[in-house]
Amino acid sequence: MALDQSFVGRTYPPTDPYEVGREKIREFAEAIGDTNPAYTDAEAAKALGHSDVIAPPTFVFAITFKAAGQVIEDPQLGLDYSRVVHGDQKFAYTRPVRAGDRLSVTSTIEAVKTMAGNDIIDIRGEVHDEAGEHVVTAFTKLVSRRAEEA
Amino acid sequence: MTAKISYDEVEVGTELPAQTFPVSRATLVQYAGASGDFNPIHWNEKFAKEVGLPDVIAHGMFTMASAIRVVTDWAGDPGAVAEYGVRFTKPVVVPNDETGALIEVSAKVAAKLDDDDRTVRVDLVAMSAGQKVLGMSRAVVRLA
Repeated sequence: MALDQSFVGRTYPPTDPYEVGREKIREFAEAIGDTNPAYTDAEAAKALGHSDVIAPPTFVFAITFKAAGQVIEDPQLGLDYSRVVHGDQKFAYTRPVRAGDRLSVTSTIEAVKTMAGNDIIDIRGEVHDEAGEHVVTAFTKLVSRRAEEA
Repeated sequence: MTAKISYDEVEVGTELPAQTFPVSRATLVQYAGASGDFNPIHWNEKFAKEVGLPDVIAHGMFTMASAIRVVTDWAGDPGAVAEYGVRFTKPVVVPNDETGALIEVSAKVAAKLDDDDRTVRVDLVAMSAGQKVLGMSRAVVRLA
């Protein structure tokens, strides 16, 4: 099913703040097997110039993808989520995410297209901290595979 | 941010130390819990096969998280990563056995981008079972 082109450029309201916890960062770092002390030891992070432990580069995806749920589940867009796969992912950082951050995500639909029967949607998630400063932007491309390929 | 590698000491073609990351079914369950991504294609073999996959596959974001470790371990400070992007080209298939799968990651400096900003572009290659699992995998890193 072709997606509604009029959604291109649509921006959704900012999400309620997500508070980044030290132990959540530790849990994530352990799950990816990454023992870099900047993720778990505040002193090690400070030695690198950070005010507290920082999160691994891809940690923020859990927050931006949840925010993208507003877009994905928008019934008017017509995306069949059961057929969706992750196509591309990119992050552009102003600074690393760190413990204590309260992060809000503003999602915008950058592009909607249909190629070879697959629906493709590009979502940009701008992540800001409590002071309104930019932290990172996540660019997510989702592909909804056409039904014949089931 | 204090990368331990100096911009002046790298050149185009400089290779980063390659690494191999094992991934088992237990790894995927742990990653599901930590990331909140409970899609059953990452832990339920029956479901994965029903939707046309050869077996349970790793989360693309797990592969992405693993690959950048080659860069963050090299740079020393994970905060030195200014940009990071990948294309998910093939799934990492994870069999239900002791060994699971391996993600083999190599990387090299592809360009020196900005002498003032001291940024370089690092191109990554991630392979599993002989297949390229990430495409267009690039990071921009700010060096010391």
